[in-house]
Amino acid sequence: MGLLDLVKSGLFGFFTYLGQVALLAGETFRSIFAARIRFRLTLLQIAEIGYGSQLIVVVTGAFTGAVFTAQAYFQFASLNMETAVGPVVTLSMFRELGPVLTGVMVAGRVGAAMSAEIGTMKVTQQIDALRALAVHPVDYLVVPRALAMLISMPLLVVECVGCGVLASYLVAVYVLNIEGVYFVNNMQKFTEASDIAMSLIKGFVFANIIVFISCREGLNAKEGAVGVGRATTETVVICSLSILIANFFLTMFLNILFPAGQR
Amino acid sequence: MSEEVEPLISVRDLVQKIGKQEILRGFSLDMFRGETLVLLGKSGGGKSVFLRHLIGLMKPVSGQILFEGEDIANLNERQLAPVRRKIGMLFQDGALFDSLSVYDNVAFPLRERGEKNEKLVRQKVHEALALVNMSGHDKKMPVNLSGGMRKRVALARAIISPPQVILYDEPTAGLDPIVSDSINRLIRRLQQQLSVTSIVVTHDLTSCNRIADRVALLNEGRRHFYGTLDDLHATQDSIVRDFVDGHSEDGED
Repeated sequence: MGLLDLVKSGLFGFFTYLGQVALLAGETFRSIFAARIRFRLTLLQIAEIGYGSQLIVVVTGAFTGAVFTAQAYFQFASLNMETAVGPVVTLSMFRELGPVLTGVMVAGRVGAAMSAEIGTMKVTQQIDALRALAVHPVDYLVVPRALAMLISMPLLVVECVGCGVLASYLVAVYVLNIEGVYFVNNMQKFTEASDIAMSLIKGFVFANIIVFISCREGLNAKEGAVGVGRATTETVVICSLSILIANFFLTMFLNILFPAGQR
Repeated sequence: MSEEVEPLISVRDLVQKIGKQEILRGFSLDMFRGETLVLLGKSGGGKSVFLRHLIGLMKPVSGQILFEGEDIANLNERQLAPVRRKIGMLFQDGALFDSLSVYDNVAFPLRERGEKNEKLVRQKVHEALALVNMSGHDKKMPVNLSGGMRKRVALARAIISPPQVILYDEPTAGLDPIVSDSINRLIRRLQQQLSVTSIVVTHDLTSCNRIADRVALLNEGRRHFYGTLDDLHATQDSIVRDFVDGHSEDGED
């Protein structure tokens, strides 16, 4: 009885949350298609999200690529397959690591900031002031952030992957003494346009997850500073988990569209 | 002011609950064009909640809010926009946008309504700031202003594209007597010059005496008193007297 109720209320909460995020997304896309777009705010958000995330994306990508290369080398060297390091690292970066790591890092940096900013506006009645001035909060706050995120995220993912591959090359060639020609040649042989498409698609999906969860949390913040803190924490936790879970299903689905290892 | 005139805003049987607590229990009130109505009541008695209904920030559990004859109680956000353009609201602590400077805050309503002529915007912003004695503070950020200054900037923002109705939520709370008086005079002046309808929620009786055409008292979620200032001072009703003369309920002196 107790357990069943717990499961019921858990499911109810989950679907309520999902519904709220979906409604917010629907309202946002309706606004975008109705051209209620504030270009200046969108550009500011692109600067904040895209330009501002350079450091974490570059460092995350580069060091993941580097450490993955070293680890793959240690394993493959015993099989005399050192040159397989290039394609293995590149494919994993494009298909999985690049999008997921960028998603989680951006959720931590940008998502948290978004929900804190919107949440503070909520608890200090600034959102009510917007509404009282006949400005729809979704138009003013969510649309610019969503557009900026949807534009920036795929580019950030590709940048992360690029840095990872570059770092991988540098570590492989200059530290682990793999022949550069083989590394590049094998990498090109096993990497296809579909791998790049996969990382772009994942980046786009994760952008949606981050922006709508963050904005939902911010817009629903209650009870002052504590509420804003809670909203921010929840944003990072829910975004990160959603990205990891969605990533699995995306991989399975996209693998039907772009089968891996078929050539 | 004859009673036959159609009220600009008419609230009927408004019921609102927050959690399990009934805040408004069938509250009705008429507000007439060009008048200043002061709504008195205890702190936490639902005055601000009532005010928020008039601009659609809260939806009632039941009841009607007729603005120019149209029921706005159940309109959605987008349907409310045309109504909201006719109403300005001064929030209790100003609710200025803290990411924007004083200038940009005051210019906000103009820009949002599509005013592209920056010269005109500047002129109007300076006029509005002068009206609230805040000239020369354009570039400051809201965090660097005192409570009274924030309130005055918020007032400038509320009146920059002159609304038909201004809702004031505790306009003088927490201000010194001199600033309070300048706000009272401003409310009066706006009413006289622009024939704005004002609805003022307050528990400041000095302010009430200075600005009110009509007074209502909200008690226990219902309208307990409604009349002119003279009626307010003449009435012998014990609840009104306690409020006006400042007695607490168990108040043997």
